[in-house]
Amino acid sequence: MLKKILIANRGEIAGRIIRTCSRLGIRTVAVYSEADQDAPYTKSADEAFLLGPPRVQESYLNAEKILEIAHEAQCDGIHPGYGFLSENADFAKRCREEGITFIGPSPDVISLMGKKVEARIAMEKAGLPLVPGISRSIKDADEAAELALQFGYPVMLKASAGGGGIGMQACSNEAELRKAYEGSQKRALMFFGNGDMFLEKLIENPRHIEIQVLADSHGNGMYLWERECSIQRRHQKVIEEAPSPFLDQETREEMGRAAIEAALKIGYTNAGTIEFIVDQDKKYYFLEMNTRLQVEHPITEEITGIDLVEEQIRVASGETLRLKQEEIPLEGHSIEARIYAEDPKTMLPSPGKITALDIPEGEGIRHELGVHSSSHVSHFYDPMIAKLVTTGKDRPEAIERMKEALAGYTVQGIKTNIPLLLEILHQEAFSAGDTTTEFIGKYLTNNSRVSS
Amino acid sequence: MAEIRSNMAGSVWKILVSKGDKVHAGEDIIILESMKMEIPIAAEENGTITEVHVNEGDFVNDGDILAESE
Repeated sequence: MLKKILIANRGEIAGRIIRTCSRLGIRTVAVYSEADQDAPYTKSADEAFLLGPPRVQESYLNAEKILEIAHEAQCDGIHPGYGFLSENADFAKRCREEGITFIGPSPDVISLMGKKVEARIAMEKAGLPLVPGISRSIKDADEAAELALQFGYPVMLKASAGGGGIGMQACSNEAELRKAYEGSQKRALMFFGNGDMFLEKLIENPRHIEIQVLADSHGNGMYLWERECSIQRRHQKVIEEAPSPFLDQETREEMGRAAIEAALKIGYTNAGTIEFIVDQDKKYYFLEMNTRLQVEHPITEEITGIDLVEEQIRVASGETLRLKQEEIPLEGHSIEARIYAEDPKTMLPSPGKITALDIPEGEGIRHELGVHSSSHVSHFYDPMIAKLVTTGKDRPEAIERMKEALAGYTVQGIKTNIPLLLEILHQEAFSAGDTTTEFIGKYLTNNSRVSS
Repeated sequence: MAEIRSNMAGSVWKILVSKGDKVHAGEDIIILESMKMEIPIAAEENGTITEVHVNEGDFVNDGDILAESE
């Protein structure tokens, strides 16, 4: 097994990975930027090294500096967490060249799944259904209109280089599509320097449901059920839960089998997530594969009792999976709420200094916290400061625990989305499981909160 | 005269106009970046840019005046 791991990340996820390493007796090395000198995870690691200035290019994306530190500290493995270098095939390759184990899949697989078009083609070949759409860029607005007629309205127009919800627009008729085409292409060119556009059939009342997979380097694989992550703002997840309130056991198993079979066919190893969009008739379509640990992985851990970071490390160390598919538990229900430093009304970022922090504790509460009571939340990084996870014997109990925990959660000095989270959880539609990706726009009263 | 203000704390990522440019209401003037989000700031009225108060890379607070038009 790996002996000393560098965590090429920051915040709550660095702390979470260090926790498992410590339990397994693996030594840990944290890296941090000047903005994170004081962050809790730098204290919990055995050693901590300064990367450089706050800007990510000079710190958490500085692959060569990270490798240099890994050598200096004599690490045999690097855990990339999520974001930053976690889905960077070149970095995974550089680790290999330097004789350090990258805890994740092979560079080839990362590269394949990182390209939208190629990933779609590969996964269709591997047996996963795709949303009707085209897997090459569109010539012009006329071609877009022609294709839309073929797929049937509504359609979704997407910028090839887009991400985080930028450059996606739903269109319900030709006039809207033509208008969106000009606007989105201009925007994509300006934002990403690439104006390539795609078109897909829009799935109505969609849910975002993803399957956690795990594969070792000996050809064995398993799925660890699903997470439903439909509650989103600006196409980013806000609340996730496992299992999905929407799937029945038969669909759950069918999706799980399809996901792990496809993952094995493309040569996937380590933990990964296949994201699906699921329509109102429980038909599922491949969206994308995330070749890393997911932000919301704790809810899977809560219902299965499996530590995914431990499994990642074991697989990366060459071990064979210890459990069989039929031995994976599915017990109780778990919900994760992402605590963002942002204005709950406008959903705009709210960086700044925390002046007071009072966190909930109690039965069924797990808290992945990236800050302390006087942290400066930097505008250089992602707004997520913590993840609150509640687990209960069933969904109503998990929801009740989450409502209670959030009500007792105080952060002062910066704005957070806690009021928004509470508002979501108190909606009857949430209790009823009507958790489609349109939830925030549909049910929350304030119109400025439309999700896109 | 209209003041174009920042609606969040962050840095100025891109400035899309210069002094003297004609702008329409709703047209993006400046793109701010904060916490991995790019937030375009648009002109609220038709007019001509009379002043740009910030440079790319500057840190701005919520409510700071970014540019003026008339």
